[in-house]
Amino acid sequence: MVSAAAENDPVAVTGLNKRYGEHLVLTDLSLRVHRGEVFALLGPNGAGKTTTVEILTGVRRRSGGDVEVLGQDPARDPREWRARIGVVSQSTGAYPDLTVGEVVRQFAAMYPRPLPSTQVLDMVGLGTYEKKKTTELSGGQQRRLDVAVGVIGDPELIFLDEPTTGLDPVARREAWDLVRFFSARGCTTVLTTHYLDEAETLAARVGVIAGGRLVACAPPGELGGRATTSAAVSFRRSEALASRELPELPRGAVLEPGPTGAGDLVTVLTSEPTGLVSLLASWAEAELPELIVHRPTLEEIYLDLIDQHRQQPEENK
Amino acid sequence: MSVTDSVRAPGQELGEGLLPGLWRASAARSSVELKSFFRNRQSLVFTLFFPVILLVVFGTIFTGKVEGTQTDFRQVFMAGIVAAGVMSTAFSGLAINIAIERDTGLISRLAMTPMPKSAYFIGKLVKVVVTTVLETVLLLGIAVTAFGLPWPSTAHRWFTLGWVLTLGTVTCALAGSAYSAAIPNSRSAAAIVTPVFMVLQFISGVFYPFHQLPEWMQNTAALFPVKWMAQGFRSVFLPDAFTVVEPAGGWELGRIALVLGLWAVGGLLLTALTFGWRSARVR
Repeated sequence: MVSAAAENDPVAVTGLNKRYGEHLVLTDLSLRVHRGEVFALLGPNGAGKTTTVEILTGVRRRSGGDVEVLGQDPARDPREWRARIGVVSQSTGAYPDLTVGEVVRQFAAMYPRPLPSTQVLDMVGLGTYEKKKTTELSGGQQRRLDVAVGVIGDPELIFLDEPTTGLDPVARREAWDLVRFFSARGCTTVLTTHYLDEAETLAARVGVIAGGRLVACAPPGELGGRATTSAAVSFRRSEALASRELPELPRGAVLEPGPTGAGDLVTVLTSEPTGLVSLLASWAEAELPELIVHRPTLEEIYLDLIDQHRQQPEENK
Repeated sequence: MSVTDSVRAPGQELGEGLLPGLWRASAARSSVELKSFFRNRQSLVFTLFFPVILLVVFGTIFTGKVEGTQTDFRQVFMAGIVAAGVMSTAFSGLAINIAIERDTGLISRLAMTPMPKSAYFIGKLVKVVVTTVLETVLLLGIAVTAFGLPWPSTAHRWFTLGWVLTLGTVTCALAGSAYSAAIPNSRSAAAIVTPVFMVLQFISGVFYPFHQLPEWMQNTAALFPVKWMAQGFRSVFLPDAFTVVEPAGGWELGRIALVLGLWAVGGLLLTALTFGWRSARVR
């Protein structure tokens, strides 16, 4: 069964539920991942990110709702479908007694058109470790081997469950390059992460899961109304500026309540920070001390979303 | 082949025939299985050499004829230890091995690939057959050269050795893969498997003449495959005159085939019902 929508969207989830006994871990979750994009799932520990990925990859059964991944119901798990997806699960695999090259070649033998093993090992930065026993690898190197095993089949759709957890900053950036590499090949990527910079750098769209619900889903720059929220322009009112009265603010700009006397930090919220800074510059006729134009970071938006969700009473219990 | 400049066509479909066949996947699994087994000191010592050590130690200790026969008890023991060897490689070794692979996530990772599920079991069978044959050759080699066990005297006896070994191996392997479902994690694997292995050896007449065991013990042992394998191997290596002390008064080859066959079918059904491709916590 291939619907018209699924042809465009490799992942189409509508009203997904998952319950363990009385406990509802996913509630009415709907999302679509578009072809070719990198989609990041964010959320606190235990929010349901991994459960969602496991349902999408056919590892867990759902309790309700419709799920189509590459036009197939993942619960049916056909081999042809498996050959088109790549999965890097959260737990690191152990392959005692085998070398890195043997592990990758074993998995390559399961796919119709695998990437060359040596090339995949080079891509994940294990090119010189091919003949090493996997037990001699560091934790970060074992994680890279997981990634190599996950992508060896040259998948159309890749699921990465916290692929960079435990990697050092250099290795994380190498992992990002890998995501970009597959993205450039036309591959669709779904990744979960705790790193907001990772989501912001890699993802075309971000979904935030909290308490088993998708509480927001948008490009990182627009998440939680980020694009339209006010910027905060602040500067310190020095002795020299204390003698001048503050200029009349343009329409829409609001002075944050608080002391604005000599030596105090003055903060103005505005949706047009450029005009305001220009106005303040001509008013001061000198350098504005400690001038900052601050827009909410993805992290602030994210924490705000999680906080809002916490304050809502749990409706599903 | 260069991949860096090739862009995959979106949504390219796979033809049915393009998936790697069972043979290629099974070959890849078998190769990895054998490499892992022979590189792992633990599996070599506990699975392969443990029965050899038992053979050498008890073969040296045991003396004297079995009461009422002209047969050295040592020879009875040699026939029994071959059966124990089959159980060690095919049952204990496999059950522990599967429990470890479930723990390390290998099984769930293989389930994420398009590997035909049967390739995993074919790889296991190849490993078990190779190691069991090696085990039997080691045990028989030592028994014949160092302890004077006679080679099978007739073609019929060679034939019996062949089918009891084959059927016993398959039966123990299927029972082992079914039993692995009872092992919660790899740390407790040896503790859950080894007692079964040891107790069955003792009550099945490996270390003590079977007919001299208490009747309830004989009846209990008759429910499990080791007793029947040991009896089959006795029919291969001992003179037919030994049947005077066999509880049934004969070798019962037909019944051996029947009991081993039933265990093989039971092990297969239980494996099909209980084998989990996901880690234990996944529902």
